[in-house]
Amino acid sequence: MINCDLPVQALRISVPYVLAALGGVVSERSGVINIGLEGMMLLGAFGTVVGTLMTGSPLAGLGFGLLAGLLLAAVHATATGVFRADHIVSGLAINLLAAGATRVLLKRLYHSSSNSPRIEGITSLVTGHGLLALLAHPLVWVTVGLVAGVWWLLNRTVLGLRLSSVGEHPEAAAAAGLRVLRLRAIGVMMSGMLAGMSGAWLAFDQHQFTDGMSGGRGYIALAAMIFGKWRPVPAAAACILFGSAEAIQMALQGGSAGIPVQLVQTLPYVLTLVALAGAIGRARPPAAVGRPYP
Amino acid sequence: MLAVVGGLFIFEVIALAYGEQPAAVLGDLWAGTWGTGYGIGQVLFKTTPLIFTGLSVGVAFRAGLFNIGAEGQAVLGALAVGVVGSSLPESTPAVVAVPLCIGAGFAAGAAWGVVPGMLKARFGAHEVITTIMLNFVAMAISSWLVVTWLVVPETLHTRAIIEPARIWRLEAFIPGFRGSPANAAFVLGLLVAAAMSWVLFRTRVGYDLRALGLAPAAAEYGGVLVKRMTVLAMGLAGGLAGLVGTNFVLGYKYYHEEGFSAGVGFLGIAVALLGRSHPVGIVLAAMLFGTLSQGGLAINALVPKETMEILQAVIILVVAAAAGISSRRRLQA
Repeated sequence: MINCDLPVQALRISVPYVLAALGGVVSERSGVINIGLEGMMLLGAFGTVVGTLMTGSPLAGLGFGLLAGLLLAAVHATATGVFRADHIVSGLAINLLAAGATRVLLKRLYHSSSNSPRIEGITSLVTGHGLLALLAHPLVWVTVGLVAGVWWLLNRTVLGLRLSSVGEHPEAAAAAGLRVLRLRAIGVMMSGMLAGMSGAWLAFDQHQFTDGMSGGRGYIALAAMIFGKWRPVPAAAACILFGSAEAIQMALQGGSAGIPVQLVQTLPYVLTLVALAGAIGRARPPAAVGRPYP
Repeated sequence: MLAVVGGLFIFEVIALAYGEQPAAVLGDLWAGTWGTGYGIGQVLFKTTPLIFTGLSVGVAFRAGLFNIGAEGQAVLGALAVGVVGSSLPESTPAVVAVPLCIGAGFAAGAAWGVVPGMLKARFGAHEVITTIMLNFVAMAISSWLVVTWLVVPETLHTRAIIEPARIWRLEAFIPGFRGSPANAAFVLGLLVAAAMSWVLFRTRVGYDLRALGLAPAAAEYGGVLVKRMTVLAMGLAGGLAGLVGTNFVLGYKYYHEEGFSAGVGFLGIAVALLGRSHPVGIVLAAMLFGTLSQGGLAINALVPKETMEILQAVIILVVAAAAGISSRRRLQA
C-alpha cells in the first residue's frame, strides 16, 4: 500500500486539504468563519463509511458523506445565522459534536472504539498504486474540477458575487435586496459538502473510519485558505505546498536527514503565521467575516 | 440554565436510544460525581485545569480578544513546570521549589501568549487564527523536546520532579477524597480566580483592559495604550493557561507527559463563555464541565462516556446561541 513515489504521496495528502480549503473559502467569502471544517470532515468520513457499508456502493457512500457534512453545516448556519452565535464558538462546538457523535455511533454500529469495518473505496480507472493510477482517480478529477468550479462560482456568477457581497458588506447587500442569511447559509452548506467530500476521500483512502481520523486536517485547510488569501486557486496551491512538505517529511523519516520530524510538521502553521505577519503582502479577510447579521 | 436543560434533553434522548432509563443514568451520573467523596475529588481534579483555561480565555474576552491558544499555552506551561521541577537540586526547600515551578509554568504560558499578542499589535494578524496555528506549533515543540531530550527511556514523559516541589493531595486533609488525585492546584485555581477578580474590577490595569474590550476606540481616546494592552492581555491569558501544569505535574503525576491536556484549552472557551468571563462564573462553569467529564466515566456502563462530549457540545451551542440572541435584543433596544 505504501508508495514511496513522492509526487503520488504529495497529491494523495493534498486532495483532502484542497477540498476542505475550498469549503473554507466559500464559507468565509460569504461572511461565516468555519472552524467546524474539521468536524464536518470527520462526520463526512463517518457518513461515507456508513453509507458504503449499508448500500454496498461507494458512490452512495460518498452521497452519505456529503449529506453528513451538509447536516453539520446546517447546524452551523442556523447557530450563526438565525441565532447569531459566535462563529468561532459554534465551529468549535461542531468539532466537539462530531468527535463525540462519531465515537458514540462507532460503538453503537460497529462495537468498536477505534475503527469501522473495512470498505472498498472508489477505485481508480487504472489499477496499481503509481502516479498514473492516482491521476486516473475520478475523485482527483472532481477535485480539480471543483477548484475551477469554485473560482468560476465566486468570480463569474451572480450567486458568487452575491455570496461575496454578503461577506464584505451585509448591510449594503441587504439594501440591494439580497437575503443575507439565506445566502450565508448557502455558503456554509456548500462548505459543509466540500468538507464532507474531503472526509470521504480520507475514508476511501484508508478504506475504513478510524476515531479522530481528520487529525487536524481541517485546521491545515483553514491555514491554507488564509495562505491563499481567501481565493480558491491560491488556496489550492497552498494545500499542495503543505501536502508536498508533508510528503517530503514522510520520505525523510524513512532515511534520516537530521531535521526533527515534529518541527517539519509545523511548517504549514509557521508559514501561515509568516503570511499573517504580512511577509507576502497583506492577507485580508472578507470585511464582514465573523460579524453577525442583522 | 437553558443550556443545561437543553443538554439534559438531548442526554435523555440518547439514554432512551440505548434502552436505559434516563433516571437510572442520571442516578449513576450523580453517584459517580457528587455522590461520594472520591467522586467529588475526581470532579475537583478535572475542574482545576478548566478554571485556569477558563480564566485565560475569560481575561482575553474581557479585552476583546479571543484566545483559542490556551491549549498550546497549557502544554508549554506544563512542560516548563516539569523541566524546572526535575532540574532543581533535590535539597531545594518546598517554599522555593513550588513557587519556582508555578512561576515557570506561568512564564512559559505567558511567553506563548505574548506571541499572538505581538502579531496582533504589530501586524494586525487576527489572534483566532494565530493562536490556532501556535497550538500546533506548541504541541510539536513539546513533543520534539520530550522525545529528543527529556524523555525517560521506554516512556513518553519527562523525569519526575523533585520531592519538595510536589504539592499536597487534598486527601491528606479531607479523608473522604481518598484515592482521588484532587490536589492543592484546585486551591491555587480558586486563589487565582479571586486575584483575577481583583485585578479586573479593582485595579487601573483591569479597568483599562475591560475598557479596551468594551469600546476599543473610546479606550484609546481615554489614554489606553491599545497595542501594549493587547500584548499584556494575551500574555496574562497565556500565563493563566500555563498554570494548568500545576494540577497534573505538581499535584498528580509528578512529570510532564505527551498529550495530557486533551482539549482543556478548547473546553476553557466554553467555560469562559458559560461563566460570562466573570471569575466566579468561570469557577462554577468549570465545575459543571468537570462534573460532565467525570460523569462520563461514571455512566460508561450504561451509556458510552463519549455521550458527554455531545452533551458538552450542545451546551456550548445553546450558550452561544443564547448570547447571540440577547445581543440582538440589546441592539434593538
